[in-house]
Amino acid sequence: MDMPYAVTTRTSASAIALILGLSVLALLFAAPAFVSRGLIQDLFFILTMLVLAQFWNLLAGYGGLVSVGQQAFVGIGAYALYGSVILGGADPVSALLLSGAAALVLAVPTAFFAFRLHGAYFAIGTWVIAEVARLIIAQWHAVAGGTGTSLPRDALREMMLVSWVQDTLGVRASAARDILAYWLALALAVATIAVIYWLLRSKRGLALAAVRDNTEAAKSVGVDAGRMKWLVFLTASFGTGIAGGLIYLQKARISPDAAFSVTDWTAYVIFIVVIGGLGTIEGPILGVLVFFALQSLLADFGTWYLMALGLAGIAVMLFAPRGLWGLISERTGLQLFPVQRRLTGGLLAQSNRKET
Amino acid sequence: MIWIDTIVQGILLGGLYALFAAGLSLVFGIMRLVNLAHGDLIVLGSYLILLLVSALGLHPFAAVLVAMPAMFLLGWSLQKLVLNRALGEDILPPLLVTFGLSIVIQNALQESFSADSQRVSAGALETASVSLGPVTAGVMPLLTFGSAILVILALNHLFYRTAIGRAFRATSDDAVTAGLMGIRPDRVFALATAIAMLVVTIAALYLGTRSNFDPSIGPARLIYAFEAVIIGGLGSLWGTLAGGVVIGVAQTLGAAINPEWQILAGHVAFLIVLLIRPRGLFPREA
Amino acid sequence: MTFLETQGLTAHYGDFQALFGVDIRLEPGETVAIIGANGAGKTSLMRSLTGVLQNAPGQILHKQEKIGHLPPDTVMKRGIAMVPEGRRLFPSLTVEENLIIGGQHKGGADLGDRIGSWLARLTGSSGPMDVAACRDGSGYWTLDTVYALFPVLHERRHTPGTALSGGQQQMVAIGRALMSNPEILLCDEISLGLAPVVIRDIYAALPLIKDSGASLIVVEQDISQALRVADRVYCMMEGRITLSGRPSEISREDIHTAYFGAAA
Repeated sequence: MDMPYAVTTRTSASAIALILGLSVLALLFAAPAFVSRGLIQDLFFILTMLVLAQFWNLLAGYGGLVSVGQQAFVGIGAYALYGSVILGGADPVSALLLSGAAALVLAVPTAFFAFRLHGAYFAIGTWVIAEVARLIIAQWHAVAGGTGTSLPRDALREMMLVSWVQDTLGVRASAARDILAYWLALALAVATIAVIYWLLRSKRGLALAAVRDNTEAAKSVGVDAGRMKWLVFLTASFGTGIAGGLIYLQKARISPDAAFSVTDWTAYVIFIVVIGGLGTIEGPILGVLVFFALQSLLADFGTWYLMALGLAGIAVMLFAPRGLWGLISERTGLQLFPVQRRLTGGLLAQSNRKET
Repeated sequence: MIWIDTIVQGILLGGLYALFAAGLSLVFGIMRLVNLAHGDLIVLGSYLILLLVSALGLHPFAAVLVAMPAMFLLGWSLQKLVLNRALGEDILPPLLVTFGLSIVIQNALQESFSADSQRVSAGALETASVSLGPVTAGVMPLLTFGSAILVILALNHLFYRTAIGRAFRATSDDAVTAGLMGIRPDRVFALATAIAMLVVTIAALYLGTRSNFDPSIGPARLIYAFEAVIIGGLGSLWGTLAGGVVIGVAQTLGAAINPEWQILAGHVAFLIVLLIRPRGLFPREA
Repeated sequence: MTFLETQGLTAHYGDFQALFGVDIRLEPGETVAIIGANGAGKTSLMRSLTGVLQNAPGQILHKQEKIGHLPPDTVMKRGIAMVPEGRRLFPSLTVEENLIIGGQHKGGADLGDRIGSWLARLTGSSGPMDVAACRDGSGYWTLDTVYALFPVLHERRHTPGTALSGGQQQMVAIGRALMSNPEILLCDEISLGLAPVVIRDIYAALPLIKDSGASLIVVEQDISQALRVADRVYCMMEGRITLSGRPSEISREDIHTAYFGAAA
């Protein structure tokens, strides 16, 4: 008896993961009601780093675009927010969209220049453009003063939704702002993972894998490699810009050196992805948790901590290039966000049954 | 007249950037590896020279001769033990490994020498100057530029006139076939990085004696070096010198207009060249 | 004493198995031809013999020593040189430099090698064979004798190797392999893509090479060419030896069956 074939990307682990994921999400959403403000701030940090890591992973792990200039989009996103709030009197929360838009605007010339460079030179090219962005923003004296700028107290006080959070949870204004920022970060992280997962499971995801593996071959089967790179780069820039705006909305204070820091917004992000597992959605999630654990344990050791992080990155790249998640999924076959298409049913299923 | 002076200073500064770039260019030419820790290795070299000068009381120009074998050995081991393992079809591993190395070197230097600015004293040479017609040029900048020319001459000789250079070029063309000729690509790569470290040591001498340095300034030197290589065109060392000069002149001109624009002007010059001549000023025929 | 032999040689590219227990041997002074269709495993066999593909040590014996695991440079220094399929000249080297590089690493006289082995000893990561131990006396083949064999190369010695015609490039590739004065020369598809008149010229050089003291393994798709020069022939199909013997002893029908499978 023949069974119909079906192409699926679903695995039984992914179904369990969906249920587990939804439970974790519900827990995270409800967290502000029962955890301390310090923990909320930690979770905010984890979620925003996760967003940056997912987008860098989209670029490097799926698009083959190794950018060392993501700090450009964090910085420009943050300064777009500060500029519109300080000079235009905008509401900080709605200004987050401007952060994304500003990053998009910067991404167009960045891609135009950097796509002329390949491989490693692309990496340094993006770094140069991030430096240019930093130096130009530093000339914008109205917003980017030398030692730093704060978000105006009025703007923070009247920020959209803050008073609602205050009333609902019965917390003080400063805690309410943290909670609001946390919820925004949670929403951003969920949206980021959803968009990337959708992108990878769509036809474009296949095209993307083809471009990464072999640009020439991909072209020959009709994949427009240039357009895929643009799509990936603009998506990542937009998301990174919003994350940048959100990070500095929560910090409420900014300086050009901090907002365009290659260590904070690119080096850490690269280590998160590499240690967690490049080219998977699970990798950055695992990576950010490991990163946070390491930071909490070792941050007091300053330079030793950074050296250890660098050495861990080198060791993973040399000895387990698919990262921690790669090791786990190799051992267990586990996939929480399956993107491979698998053929099931039909004769395949029957022969499988015979074997068992 | 002040403009001529500014341009001459810029050209001489370009010699420093060409020295930063020559080692990067050599390594990329042979194994398609961009070492993101290149700038940090230069800074490491400056600290090594500083250590030799302060501990042994050597003159910096003598210290560099002592530092060279050490740096050569460091480059050889680094390539043999670490970087060779990362080389392959995929460009990600070498990039991420050298990026990790960059972070490690920066923090190791900060741990050992603190984050304070340092400077290697070159004695009377620092302030000495000679007048060249209408302009005066410092002896140190002139020495830097002269060293850049000598380094490029030496590297070109090595590359095109010696057995090692033949092996370099053959391995760069086709490592598998080079193996059939009795060449061991891993050793060729190790030797190339070791030689690049000799150039790095010379660059480190001038970095350390001409201005203050601290553990964090490596990445900026990497960027200048990279810009000089791209402006010049991949594979041409004289082009790299020209690229260094373009960056140097742009920086001194920018600084003459507004001191805050110095670095920015160099980057902008790079982007303009990338825009109108994406393959650089002197591309090697493909 | 058998010069070079394989015993149950297997080769893999990842999960794909290219050779299934291949046994061949080469006696001193012999010319052996290996024929077979595309994908029969001829090039995999060559890549195994030269060390480009790694095998179990005992699957390849050179003068009774196990060499299956040795890397290409060590195999070459034992006197086994290769004319690779598709010529594979070095584009950045002139004709003369291409020739020189074929010989310069034989004796370990090269500074790079010397520094390399010195540092290797220092760091305790010495290779399987000491380079200097492989040094031998000067052989027959030098720039002059290669130019005498292929006079056209002398005229074009300063042009980049890849600027030559296909036939001339093949001459450079052969000359480059000879420069190391190999005891065994492996020629992989040296007639591929060349005009018949050029093939004739190239094959005319083989007896001279033989006279210089080299034993030859010639891989060919062109059966008649192979049968003309060979003392013995092996035919391969799907990674296995399907026929072996002296050209005079095997019939066209045997070859047809061994080459294409069961007679059509």
